[in-house]
Amino acid sequence: MSRDTTLVSADWVEQHLDDPKVVLVEVDEDTTAYEKGHLKGAIKFDWNTDLQDQVRRDAVNREQFAALLSERGVANDDIVVLYGGNNNWFAAYAYWYFKLYGHEDVKLLDGGRKRWELDSRELTQALPTRDATTYTAQEQDTSIRAFRDEVVEAIGVKNLIDVRSPDEYAGRLLAPAHLPQEQAQRAGHIPTAGNVPWSKAANDDGTFRSDDELRKLYTEAGVDWDKETIAYCRIGERSSHTWFVLHELLGDESTKNYDGSWTEYGSLIGVPIVLGDDAGTA
Amino acid sequence: MCGATAGGLSLEGVDVAKESVIQGIVTRANADGASEPVGNAYVRLLDRTGEFTAEVPTSVTGHFRFFAAPGTWTLRTMAPKAGVVDSQVTARKGTVAEVAVAI
Repeated sequence: MSRDTTLVSADWVEQHLDDPKVVLVEVDEDTTAYEKGHLKGAIKFDWNTDLQDQVRRDAVNREQFAALLSERGVANDDIVVLYGGNNNWFAAYAYWYFKLYGHEDVKLLDGGRKRWELDSRELTQALPTRDATTYTAQEQDTSIRAFRDEVVEAIGVKNLIDVRSPDEYAGRLLAPAHLPQEQAQRAGHIPTAGNVPWSKAANDDGTFRSDDELRKLYTEAGVDWDKETIAYCRIGERSSHTWFVLHELLGDESTKNYDGSWTEYGSLIGVPIVLGDDAGTA
Repeated sequence: MCGATAGGLSLEGVDVAKESVIQGIVTRANADGASEPVGNAYVRLLDRTGEFTAEVPTSVTGHFRFFAAPGTWTLRTMAPKAGVVDSQVTARKGTVAEVAVAI
């Protein structure tokens, strides 16, 4: 994987707004953003109701994902371009789902909704119509998904990257600061995890930094490229952004996203936790 | 939208006594020189070291809100056809710090 096959610019998207093989999908944390205006022809995924099982705490399964794409009119051979608010956090999360279930051609709009808006490019409230398809999802590719036992065993063994803000990493905040802070789980981070906030991988306008800058960033943060890497955040969406950087832009195929992330780890009985700015020891 | 007041977003259901709230409104002068709320701005919260902590788009009334921790923070505001504006703010637990940002 590389930037050429996984990332498209706003100019590219503008030139393909009427391309029948390109399906634009908006995914926001603020699930009302789409109704206020979206890219022409774009459909919407609600990260909470469309991508999460509504009973168990888990990603939607293979059948649920296939049903979602079929109903929304996405075909297996479509080029899917994802974009969204929050610097593409939730778009990257959806991207990771498309890869988890084996979609062939999926891309992110560099800079997401924010860059598009700051450029004053066109948004519409018109809702598109797409005929239903019969989408076939593959078995989950668990080579890109980490589960809790693997994370506990990775302490001191693999690269663990905590991509939350420094104050969340240290335990001074429990959630991103646009959300209320009262949470059930403990504060802090997984021992030996380095803190590379997702935001260091992006420019202020939400576009990704260059490959050279990105490689330097993670190398200086102590990532050993000969080891496997697991990225986590609070609920797995910011770490999808970092997973995208490492796995898709820099081509490190060992990188996994721990989508249980801190809301799972910080609620486990008996696992080690480090408070403060230091990574801690195994 | 003219004359929108500060603190316009509802805090219903939030226990403010446990939070260190930073909120406010983004405005810009219109052709007549009057102040109007900016509903398509982005406000970033940077920590004491300048590191990104959170970002929100403004509401249609130009409002934004963060739940921070006690301490000194920087708000960085970006909007179409406007320069970047940085504003300093101090948050305290149990209080709501109001910030007016003019771009």
